[in-house]
Amino acid sequence: MADIQSNSARSDAYLSALMREVRSIPAAEASLTVGRRAFFKLAGAGAAGLVLGFHLGDTAFAAEAVGGKDQPMNAFIRIAPDNTITIYSKCPEIGQGIKTSFGVIIAEELDADWNHVVMEQADINPKVYGSQGAGGSTSIPRAWDQLRQAGAGAKAMLIAAAAYQWKVDPSQITAKDSVLTHAASNRSATYGSLAVAAAKMPVPDLKSLKLKTRAEYRLIGKRYHGVDDPKVVRGQPLFGIDVQLPGMVYASYTKCPAAGGKVRSFNVDEIKAQRGVLDAFALDGTGVLAEVMPGVAIIAKDTWSAFQAKDKLKVDWDLSQASKDSTSQFSAEAKNLAANFPAKPDMNVGDVDKSFADAAKTVDAYYEYPFAAHAPLEPMNTTAHWHDGVMELWVPTQQPDRGLPLVAKVAGVPQSKIVMHQTRVGGGFGRRLVNDYTCEATAIAQKVNAPVKLQWTREDDFGHDFYRPAGYHQFKGAIDKDGRLDAWQEHFITFTADGKKEATGANLTDNLKYSIKAPNLRRAKTMFPLRIPTGAWRAPGDNAQVFAAQSFMHELSLASGRDHVEFLIDAVNRDVPALAPKDRSVNFSPKRVTDVIKMCAEKAGWGRKLSNGSGLGLAWCYSHAGHVAQAVELSVDADKRIKVERIVVVLDVGPIIDMAGSEAQAQGASTDALSTAMGLKVNIENGRIQEQNYNAYPILRLPFAPMTIDAYFIQSENPPTGMGEPAFPALAAALGNAIFAATGERVRRLPLRDLGYSLAV
Amino acid sequence: MLTLTINGQSRDVDVPEDMPLLWVLRDHLNLVGTKYGCGIAQCGVCTVHVGGKPVRSCQLAVGDVGTRAVVTIEGVGDTPNGARVQQAWMEGSVPQCGYCQAGQIMSATALLDSTPYPDDSDIDAAMAGNLCRCGTYIRIRRAIKNAATKSV
Repeated sequence: MADIQSNSARSDAYLSALMREVRSIPAAEASLTVGRRAFFKLAGAGAAGLVLGFHLGDTAFAAEAVGGKDQPMNAFIRIAPDNTITIYSKCPEIGQGIKTSFGVIIAEELDADWNHVVMEQADINPKVYGSQGAGGSTSIPRAWDQLRQAGAGAKAMLIAAAAYQWKVDPSQITAKDSVLTHAASNRSATYGSLAVAAAKMPVPDLKSLKLKTRAEYRLIGKRYHGVDDPKVVRGQPLFGIDVQLPGMVYASYTKCPAAGGKVRSFNVDEIKAQRGVLDAFALDGTGVLAEVMPGVAIIAKDTWSAFQAKDKLKVDWDLSQASKDSTSQFSAEAKNLAANFPAKPDMNVGDVDKSFADAAKTVDAYYEYPFAAHAPLEPMNTTAHWHDGVMELWVPTQQPDRGLPLVAKVAGVPQSKIVMHQTRVGGGFGRRLVNDYTCEATAIAQKVNAPVKLQWTREDDFGHDFYRPAGYHQFKGAIDKDGRLDAWQEHFITFTADGKKEATGANLTDNLKYSIKAPNLRRAKTMFPLRIPTGAWRAPGDNAQVFAAQSFMHELSLASGRDHVEFLIDAVNRDVPALAPKDRSVNFSPKRVTDVIKMCAEKAGWGRKLSNGSGLGLAWCYSHAGHVAQAVELSVDADKRIKVERIVVVLDVGPIIDMAGSEAQAQGASTDALSTAMGLKVNIENGRIQEQNYNAYPILRLPFAPMTIDAYFIQSENPPTGMGEPAFPALAAALGNAIFAATGERVRRLPLRDLGYSLAV
Repeated sequence: MLTLTINGQSRDVDVPEDMPLLWVLRDHLNLVGTKYGCGIAQCGVCTVHVGGKPVRSCQLAVGDVGTRAVVTIEGVGDTPNGARVQQAWMEGSVPQCGYCQAGQIMSATALLDSTPYPDDSDIDAAMAGNLCRCGTYIRIRRAIKNAATKSV
């Protein structure tokens, strides 16, 4: 095994690559992927060929398709004689509502009757579907054209079939609610009655498909119930943890509490003698944090037996390569280093020193935020079955397509021998962009002659996360004689895994680089080496960096003596060509920022006189292609108890697909952000995560949740972008700015509970 | 061999008496709607009704259930309040990832069983033990009130 430093580097390169991937929003004229072409080709090959678009194990589907009972139109759509339309959602459902939104997009172009659409999860086959990940709020923007073309293409084939049968011109046929009509001859037919004939029609050239304009939408933009809600509320099996297979056994896996430790030996005889235990063995793993790290697997008859035996496990760890990271040390050293601005800046625009010398006012401030765990409620798990030379898996992952090659590598078989079933995911938040637990299940399954469900404990989950990195920002800003933002200097103290570049999620985000438009700007960084793995955490980077930047922006606007909203709008509209995005696919728009700020101020009642002890704070962000402003109104009592009266969030993410789902994301992300700002922090000492369960990690509970979060959408004429992340980053800054307005105390460190604040019921 | 009454049915299970009810339901009775989240009664996703009261099944040894009736998310819809709560949850589009919602629904149903018209402080008290990582609390509160309104 290579040393831990290079392991981290490999893991980091992997994560960085996938983060670049999930962040890259396609341009409006997104080009066709191989997958898209592939499924249309398959559609032309007839029913038998279409089966190829689905995974090897789905014999039921193959039989149906060949038998012609349900007619597949393409890899996304299947139409039954009774006019039921089954639509396959290609991306993981992690709570962002994608299974519903994807259905609505396809059904819109297909002109399907939504009441008779059944949504199913597609299995994992990137050759057919293209990207199948859920991260970076990119599922909608990346699939937008592909899904619309799938719907429109199938509709064109249905129309062609009807035109042929009725001997009329296709242009005279109209489609609505899964029925085609030729008005002139008063003829109509259901999609179900035409599906078999339609599948034999030539596959239309994608360029010939005329997609709808917004004015023609019947489905997009309305309110929808989640398509799986009936199953969720009745407790029917949906999640990875719910998978049950005949003859299945259960596994736990125990890794070194300090990342990088290796197994020397363990009490194997004692463990094998435990009640319900079938086997126990050590794995060397691949030594890569994002794959399989060394540990001990325990195989048992049920989960409880595996967990009980795990408690009895005594491992002699080789700690020579293990992490000794300490967050208290990082924090203390960062503060000492902050004032030493590095000699070599990463970015230098204008003349910062001259601006400081000429400034009417300068402001200095130091901001800090901690490491954080993802802690989704479904602990990591994967069910794996090694049979007939095939590794078959049932996985609650956000990145199944990225998992495929890793599983193949761990199993030592070609990717064609991997069959991966996507399950519903009990919370993503970025944790499940990494497929480490799936790789572990793969390695374990190869040693077990049965299907095996690897189940992490909650303590495993806290102890072996890919954490949101802490960060430390020393700012200095200048206000010129006209009260405008003139200079911004930022010393960012962050982390590196490979000694060269920032660890995953530890870089200053491009979003912030576009957002802070000071004509004189200088940034530099100092990096601490880090062995604890870091990762993408809901709105990576932005989720904490926006707190620091937008809080400091409020300090600057106060120094300017101008109204905060006016100051923000002035600052974002400065023309600083050196700070404009070089990548033309980046949709950052000062006008869209201005519009959300203005609407947020109006909806929040900006400028109202509030009573003593009350305050209104406002902040904005550009994150994950969304333009967002948030306002928090609150009061603070003498015991630093905060009563959040109201949260307003205004977003421009282009047209909304599912209004109910988008409101849910806006409210949920705001609540998550409030929860995180108030209480969430992971401490690491001697390489070991100190927080082991929810009792030490106070996620917000219902009594403390705001009674109202008002979400507003500016549905601008832009391609739609994702909703999972944009409503997170600006909230903490709006909260801190409101606390300042109420109390005069500036929040420069998270979480707020470390400063004595709590939420009132 | 233990005999349990679950969702109105008598079920025999051959498990150690110290096994938490949660794992008996999930691994031995194929009732996987009840979820594992923390194992220390901090998150509430494992909430079931035992003898009409909401309990965290990760902390209740199966040997201590005795003759008390167990109701899980799979069976609660057969009770009037359970059906109302499930309906309100669907109408209000409460779930996001959905993993906590079985536990939320079990706690909410137990609340309506004891307090047909709960006010906000009743809801706070009954629901404080159920975490939702997605932050669906606003819709949970509203759905409970809507379900209560539909009580006869």
